[in-house]
Amino acid sequence: MKQEELKSRLNEIKDKLIDIEQKTDTRIFLSCEAENAYVVNKFLFKDLALRFVIATGIDSDDCFEILYHFSNDETGCIVTVKAFIRDRENPAIESIAPFLPGAEWIEREIHDILGIDFKNHPNLKRLILADDWPEGVYPLRKEVKK
Amino acid sequence: MKETIKKPVLAVGPFHPLQEEMEFYQLTLDGEKVTNIDVRISYNHRGIEKISETLQFDQVPFLVSRVCGICSASHPLAYVQAVEEIAGVKPPERALYVRVIINELERIHSHMLWVGLAGHFIGYDTVFMWAWKYREPVLDLLEEITGNRNNYGNVKVGGCREDIPNELIPKMLRELDKIEKKTEMLTKAVLDDPIIHARLKGVGVLTKQAAIDYAVTGPTARGSGIAIDVRRDDPYAAYADLDWNVISQPEGDVFAKAVVRLLEVLESVKMTKEALRKLPDGPITIEVKEIPPGEGCGRAEAPRGETFHYVRSDGGNRPVRHKIRAPSYVNVPSFKASCLGADIADVTITLAAVDPCYSCTERLAVVDGRNNVIHNYESLLQLSREKTARIKKEVGAPEWKLEDI
Repeated sequence: MKQEELKSRLNEIKDKLIDIEQKTDTRIFLSCEAENAYVVNKFLFKDLALRFVIATGIDSDDCFEILYHFSNDETGCIVTVKAFIRDRENPAIESIAPFLPGAEWIEREIHDILGIDFKNHPNLKRLILADDWPEGVYPLRKEVKK
Repeated sequence: MKETIKKPVLAVGPFHPLQEEMEFYQLTLDGEKVTNIDVRISYNHRGIEKISETLQFDQVPFLVSRVCGICSASHPLAYVQAVEEIAGVKPPERALYVRVIINELERIHSHMLWVGLAGHFIGYDTVFMWAWKYREPVLDLLEEITGNRNNYGNVKVGGCREDIPNELIPKMLRELDKIEKKTEMLTKAVLDDPIIHARLKGVGVLTKQAAIDYAVTGPTARGSGIAIDVRRDDPYAAYADLDWNVISQPEGDVFAKAVVRLLEVLESVKMTKEALRKLPDGPITIEVKEIPPGEGCGRAEAPRGETFHYVRSDGGNRPVRHKIRAPSYVNVPSFKASCLGADIADVTITLAAVDPCYSCTERLAVVDGRNNVIHNYESLLQLSREKTARIKKEVGAPEWKLEDI
């Protein structure tokens, strides 16, 4: 997909987004609330046929951010969906693994290290923490000492 | 069927699986066919993403080059590109060429390593001996220009640490000519061999749709007809100035992946020679004093596929978040698509075809319907080799081995 077409098609989901930020020609950041992330990701993967790269979980001070990175390989453009999870007590977001098997591992990983619940994930068991790691300790949260 | 085998417990914390690490596969069987596969990883976790938040921007390249010994050029490169994106700096031309040369030499030795091991897995130890013998001079070249056979530690934000001396270029070109001839010979020998055709064609097929769904990259994607390559799609370093081709094959089987890797070695040799000839004069580094607040994505085509680094800075001297995605992280789960329904004798080579770490296959165990372990690594390797021997007989290949000549 050409860059112009990509930009105009992104307007189709504009009402689900907070903001579209184009940092450079090949880096686009879309921000949205957690409840809209599923629809936005599905649109990018299924309708725009972008390649899923990975997701990044971040503990920002007042919320959690899940960044879903997609790549448009025809132009080398990375489209990143930034989903904000405002509820710090019971952080949860809809899983994208049901339509994107490539995201199964990374959602399990983020669940392990940040304690975010991925709703409707097919298999949300531990991926990287040991079996005897204590429940409720999430190593990538800021309160865990470096 | 019930899940089985008492799980070994070893690792702690967040991690990032790359080649040189342990993974555990558990296969469930119906007769000779694989009906389910379960993977367990994280035996060798080092918490690199968390450690990275404690280091200064300049120190992180040394840390991430230790993510993987084999990919110790592409990880730091992806990282510094992410930081350079935040800082908005472009390194000098010569540094970009030096980066290409080191990364392509890395690809050559990594693919040779794979070819050798793939030969070993199907009982072709001659291929193993050849490939590893020809890999050795590549490591020597890397040692000569960076001081190390692996973990080069040569890339930094704003350029490179060490230059390639101009006096070394003629010698490198001579060596690369030799490597090219030997690789051509090896490629022909492997690709013209009727037994390797019979053994690897149609084995461990990853369809194009499965490759898209599992979001695989690198030779695993290119072997399934998806011609993606970050070097061409999102050009970095000096790749846009060089003349080379993206190799892809539509079949998706182990043979296609072998073809892709072998032909890529030749492309990489060609590219390295061109980069050496074109190497511009000038400095290899510019000074970068401060990293402003912001976020950047850097990616590099490692031998196994796209390496992706995301870095966020708050204007301090350390990253506040550094995410690393190695290619095997998306390539490994595709086993679920390529191994189900496969013959048990084909599993070792199918798992090996995406070029994950090889210590992983030593942790392979097979259970039958009643949860008894019936095969371990040695017996699976034996099964794989016996199948090759059977095929040899069927196609009427002579009994003697190549090493007898």
